[in-house]
Amino acid sequence: MSQAALDADQPWRQRLAASPGRVLAWTLLVLGAIVMMTPLAYMVATSLKPPHEVYEINIVPIEPTFENYTYILGNSPFGLWFVNSLVTSTLVTLSVLFFDSLIGYTLAKFTFRGRNLVFIAILTTLMIPTEMLIVPWYVMAKNFGWLNSYWGIMFPGLMTGFGVFLMRQFFMGVPDDYIHAARIDGLGEFAIFWQIALPLVTPALSALAIFTFLGNWTAFLWPLIVTSSRELYTLPVGLASFSNENLTAWELVMAGATIATLPTLVVFVVFQRYIIRGVVLAGLKG
Amino acid sequence: MARLSLRNLVKRYGQTEAVRGIDLDVADGEFIVLVGPSGCGKSTTLRMIAGLESVTAGTLTIGDRVVNTVEPKDRDIAMVFQNYALYPHMSVYRNMAFGLRAAKRPADEIDRKVRQAAEMLGLTPLLERRPHELSGGQRQRVSMGRAIVRDPQVFLFDEPLSNLDAQLRGQVRTEIKRLHQAIGTTIVYVTHDQVEAMTLADRIVIMRDGRIEQVGTPLEVFHRPRTQFVASFIGTPTMNLIPIPVIRIDGQPALRLEAQVGASPLVIPVTGARAGALEGHAGVTVGLRPDDLRVLPASAATDQALQGSVVIAEPLGPTTQITVSSHGLDLVGMGDGHFLPKAGERVTLTFDPETLHFFGPDGARLGA
Repeated sequence: MSQAALDADQPWRQRLAASPGRVLAWTLLVLGAIVMMTPLAYMVATSLKPPHEVYEINIVPIEPTFENYTYILGNSPFGLWFVNSLVTSTLVTLSVLFFDSLIGYTLAKFTFRGRNLVFIAILTTLMIPTEMLIVPWYVMAKNFGWLNSYWGIMFPGLMTGFGVFLMRQFFMGVPDDYIHAARIDGLGEFAIFWQIALPLVTPALSALAIFTFLGNWTAFLWPLIVTSSRELYTLPVGLASFSNENLTAWELVMAGATIATLPTLVVFVVFQRYIIRGVVLAGLKG
Repeated sequence: MARLSLRNLVKRYGQTEAVRGIDLDVADGEFIVLVGPSGCGKSTTLRMIAGLESVTAGTLTIGDRVVNTVEPKDRDIAMVFQNYALYPHMSVYRNMAFGLRAAKRPADEIDRKVRQAAEMLGLTPLLERRPHELSGGQRQRVSMGRAIVRDPQVFLFDEPLSNLDAQLRGQVRTEIKRLHQAIGTTIVYVTHDQVEAMTLADRIVIMRDGRIEQVGTPLEVFHRPRTQFVASFIGTPTMNLIPIPVIRIDGQPALRLEAQVGASPLVIPVTGARAGALEGHAGVTVGLRPDDLRVLPASAATDQALQGSVVIAEPLGPTTQITVSSHGLDLVGMGDGHFLPKAGERVTLTFDPETLHFFGPDGARLGA
């Protein structure tokens, strides 16, 4: 029986009995939660405040209003930015899931000349900071005519060294016998990857999906540089446009940011389930 | 069903030679067991038959077809893996149907075959379960079911029982044997467990260092091991192997087992056809199965018996396995089930000289 189950059998008073370790653990957890939640609470609170109240310290708005929301939805291309972000983030995530797992699988399960060299080459891309790549990306996008387009926003992220690394490590853990069994069962190599190997690494896919989607959803620097027309902005770039050298309309930025967090929550809730289920499955195996 | 033939089959990994040119003919419907210690090349051989490893040299024939470069799926074989290799994200039914679906068989045929195999293996109530909801024995049965539905020419088993506990192993072993009797398909079975090999096989192939040491029926390899290695590998407890010099008495060869200080040596005369085998040898290794070495109370001593003191006595029920220190050697023999001597107790060992096996310095059997 697990510790949690044992605990559940005890009366709650006993469960709350304070041992110094437990007090410390709870204190740290509560502090951590406060540190994490405060900005979020402030974001939501500010989004509900009228402009003159924004710089007040109170968390609960004195005159709560939804005007900020109606304003950004009605008077800015917010819906368009949202769609831009959703489309680019989703496409990039799908591309990363497909290509990174395909490359990771190949590196993990096939032996060929130069395999380690390829892997190391891919790993080295992890060590180059994004800032260094911005200029080459820009030059490339300009030469190919990709500036100010969806493709321009997406192309640098369509395959990632990190994803390849993560998927390779997970595929290494898939027993070869599954693949051999499928080969004897008559599946082609791609079908083995797609029907047998990929379903065995759903926890890794889920983690990669969350990382990639969130990373692209919040990406600011590259979309800012590659897009020039307001209609092509992604959400973070669009939200930033509410501030200029004279004034930042924080209440509008926060209203936009509040809406922007919703898809990330959905992604997390959906894929987190798969991560947990994957861990459970792995525990029951063998 | 089909014959299977291996001609001078070689597998090399870089400089390492895992299989060094083996020849083997498996008859239609025969149950062949490849047995040997780890690294002897038995699994590699099986995987070459399956097509999971390429053949470096030699010829591999299934039926009348050379399959050296044929894809695994086109070899008409099915394989049962050591860790079952059941697809964890599919139900038992889908696992069993998978190969047929991949071969694009009609749905009603797939359903019929899966249900038939499930019935034969007692899996019908489990068809909708996932592999992780099954016990080890059930998983192994599913893995056999997956092989059966494909109706292959040759079944390949790669150490299928090694993940099961002892009791279950016995059960599944019986099921495999019954299965073979029921469907009569040619089976090549790999194991490192000589008991499995003895109980299941029509013929056993004993391998060592990538070569075949002996091919024969279980009784042949047990009673007439062709090499010292086979003699020590087959049979539990392991055969006693004793290096002994050959002397001559009245022109006849005999074996002289030196005694420790204070006791007289034991001279074993060798007569008849067996004498010829010892000609020209200054010494041989004598093999004696523990079952052929009787351990008796010290009072039963005779001229032709060994004396010794008990090292350890292990009651097995009907018999007692007794390790005895005698003539500077630790010999394992069998005593009556009710005979339980204490450590250090003096005992007498007797044997019939006819049961002795002789091996030359190169490990090869001497004589018939």
